Amino acid sequence: MSNAHTAVHGEHHPVDPNVPLEYQGEENSLRVIGFWLFLAQDMILFSSLFATYIVMHGRVAGGPTSQELFDVTGFTIETIALLFSSFTCGLATYEMRRGHRDAMIGWILVTMALGLVFLGFEVTEFIHNVGEGATLQRSGFLSAFYILVGTHGSHVTVGLLWVTLLIFQLLRRGITPVTARKVFLWSIYWHFLDAVWIFIFTVVYLTGKVI
Amino acid sequence: MHGVVNWAVHFFMLDEGPLIWLSDFLIICASLGILAVLTKFRLWKWLWDEWLTTVDHKKIGIMYMIAAILMLFRGGTDGLLMRAQLAWPNMHFLNADHYDQIFTTHGTIMILFMAMPAIIGFFNVAVPLQIGCRDVAFPYLNAISFWLFFFAALLFNLSFVVGGSPDGGWTSYPPYVENQFDPGPGENYYLVALSITGIGTIATGINFLVTILRMRAPGMTFMRLPMFTWSVFVTSVIILFAFPVLAVALALLLIDRDFGSHFFTVDGGGAPMQYVNLFWFWGHPEVYIVILPAFGIFSEVISTFSHKRIFGYSAMVVSMVAIAILSFITWVHHFFTMGAGPGVNSFFGVSTMAIAIPTGVKVFNWLFTMHKGRIEFKTAMLWAIGFIPNFLIGGLTGVMLAVPPADYQYHNSYFLIAHFHYVLIGGTVFGVFAGLYYWWPKMFGVLLNEKLGRWHFWTFMIGFNVCFFPQFFLGFMGMTRRMYTYPAGYGWGVVNLISTIGAFLMGVGFIILVYNILWSARYGERDVTGDPWDGRTLEWATTSPAPHYNFAIIPTVKGRDAWWLMKQNGESINGPKGVPFRPIHMPNNSGRPFIMSLFFFILGAGFVFQWWILAIIGFVGVLVCMAQRSFEYDDSHYIPVEEIEKTEAAAGRL
Repeated sequence: MSNAHTAVHGEHHPVDPNVPLEYQGEENSLRVIGFWLFLAQDMILFSSLFATYIVMHGRVAGGPTSQELFDVTGFTIETIALLFSSFTCGLATYEMRRGHRDAMIGWILVTMALGLVFLGFEVTEFIHNVGEGATLQRSGFLSAFYILVGTHGSHVTVGLLWVTLLIFQLLRRGITPVTARKVFLWSIYWHFLDAVWIFIFTVVYLTGKVI
Repeated sequence: MHGVVNWAVHFFMLDEGPLIWLSDFLIICASLGILAVLTKFRLWKWLWDEWLTTVDHKKIGIMYMIAAILMLFRGGTDGLLMRAQLAWPNMHFLNADHYDQIFTTHGTIMILFMAMPAIIGFFNVAVPLQIGCRDVAFPYLNAISFWLFFFAALLFNLSFVVGGSPDGGWTSYPPYVENQFDPGPGENYYLVALSITGIGTIATGINFLVTILRMRAPGMTFMRLPMFTWSVFVTSVIILFAFPVLAVALALLLIDRDFGSHFFTVDGGGAPMQYVNLFWFWGHPEVYIVILPAFGIFSEVISTFSHKRIFGYSAMVVSMVAIAILSFITWVHHFFTMGAGPGVNSFFGVSTMAIAIPTGVKVFNWLFTMHKGRIEFKTAMLWAIGFIPNFLIGGLTGVMLAVPPADYQYHNSYFLIAHFHYVLIGGTVFGVFAGLYYWWPKMFGVLLNEKLGRWHFWTFMIGFNVCFFPQFFLGFMGMTRRMYTYPAGYGWGVVNLISTIGAFLMGVGFIILVYNILWSARYGERDVTGDPWDGRTLEWATTSPAPHYNFAIIPTVKGRDAWWLMKQNGESINGPKGVPFRPIHMPNNSGRPFIMSLFFFILGAGFVFQWWILAIIGFVGVLVCMAQRSFEYDDSHYIPVEEIEKTEAAAGRL
């Protein structure tokens, strides 16, 4: 602890072989724990949206119900795409730890492609629903549905924009403690969205198809 | 042309009468005055370099405190307007609409734009110094937190003269505040401004959690932390778990209003109670967010001015943790009367009363700290001693309110108003005043005047009791909150008049505080030692104000009350003589937090008026700022050893 305190931030410590690259230096480890706390508050945010959705689920005001609305094929493909993207995101981290920049970028691109497939299906689903009159304004249930699923979708969009910036930095600077930390933070964000999706898949889509 | 003029007259509320004209006049005068002073004394560059772009926690703390005092003035003026209106039966000094707006802005400003920045200001002023580090974990993020708060406060206050203030109460309950019943920009101001400042507050919570977890000086174990730092740690945890819930409640209501969804409407399957639950799931922890740091301040002040270590340190810590946990399971007591049923109400009644236990433990520990202490009645100590009986009244009436059947009598009456003002003023505001007198020398290198401080204390404390104690009786007599006038013959008139006199006495107390600040800036005693109170914790070990880097050498802590121990052992804060200084790594200043928050302001204004082009400009601006930050690799510098030696020599620490 003591030598870490000679600096506020990011003093360039010698590389410690026992610690992964993204944890090297005080600034990196501070940011990793800070990001975990950010995810904790994001979890509370999603919990509030889930609670609201559960309260609103039956409040359809004569409009379409979840059973009528949800399309099994669509949300299954979405789910598979996003779950696979978490796996490929893990492969990117693996290649990062092995120091293979190009393979790492390759897996990030695969992850992004799967993310885009996911978003494409989500947007298609929303457009299709709206075409059938199932709009945000139609009922309390639909308001809660669009905002919960849409908040997750906008998180995925932010993740895609964010990692695009990181690819440029990787190309320019290679794998350094700083770029490794940035990609690592993005990857735990991405896995977190995957975990949230599992809950959406269960609470919104599966449950919604049954009751 | 005529149409445009009509629109502008309405938009700038020139048809609303002399109160608005006066406000416009004062705002324009104050703005021109500030611009003139900055220009005349060539202070623009100083303002930008030293303040608007700073990432130094000490300066950010000072800016928070200045903003909090200004907002105390705004919120206090609202309070005095309300008390003037209620002073006598059948008054029509304000009409019903204006009264609604004023009690809404009074509550919102006092909680979110006065109490919050005041306590977060003290986080910044004290915590890094108390734990012996050089800044918070994320200084750049800290600047973003401040500027988000600042621009949110600006946006909220703008509502007074542009477009109309929110008028749904500080809780802003639907369905009343839905578009259907309450159209116009007013409530949007509330929703947007609170969302923006809430983002900043969450960032502050994360920042101080990481700072306290990871940046403590060597030897500063958790059970050696100063009590104020402990309170900040617990508070930050509460912030992290409570504020996202508020963000959701506000966002959903805004989506209802701006985009026609049906979360909280009465038609279309909306559930207004869902908002109430979400709001208070944040709202109850929020009162602990503003009281726990005040408890921390009182612990520091009482220990310092009793010249004893705090009594029952571990019990104090356990109590705070217990309060934090309990704070999340009491929210339903804010709406016992909404018919959740006896089972639910009983649970929340008992959980609420349970909070009295850890709070009682703390009160006894403060008393035992004073017991057989060598008590020095400095102004900070007066506030701490005044706090105990006043807060006790607030706390005990809280237990009365926690009994569900009895609450059906007290609910939303002036009994409730008196209760929460006793805890919020008797607790938080007294705590902020105690903190101001205590840490003022550390912030500015000048002591506030003790004699004026005493006048401030006695006028404000007496005024506070004259104002709010009668309101318990008004509650029993049947007067409900938020009524803008009342008929003669209920016997409320004289009691209200007494209350109003008390309110104005509090106003006098505030003016004495401001006079004290101005007087002391010019004539006040300079703090040359850095340790004017014979303090116990590390912030008193360095110069007042502390050098940019706080500590030339990070101190090694050997026990609780680290600086007191060092003084006992005759040690220097820089350790044994002859330890060489090393260059100190510090973050660079940045203008981006200010600019990014300005874009947030533009984005927010877009949502308030539903001017989507403005919202898009703001949104893109925010994104561009974030992307720029991502590409910023060179954001720190080193302070060379020569500069440290010069500063330390000037402070007599070589």
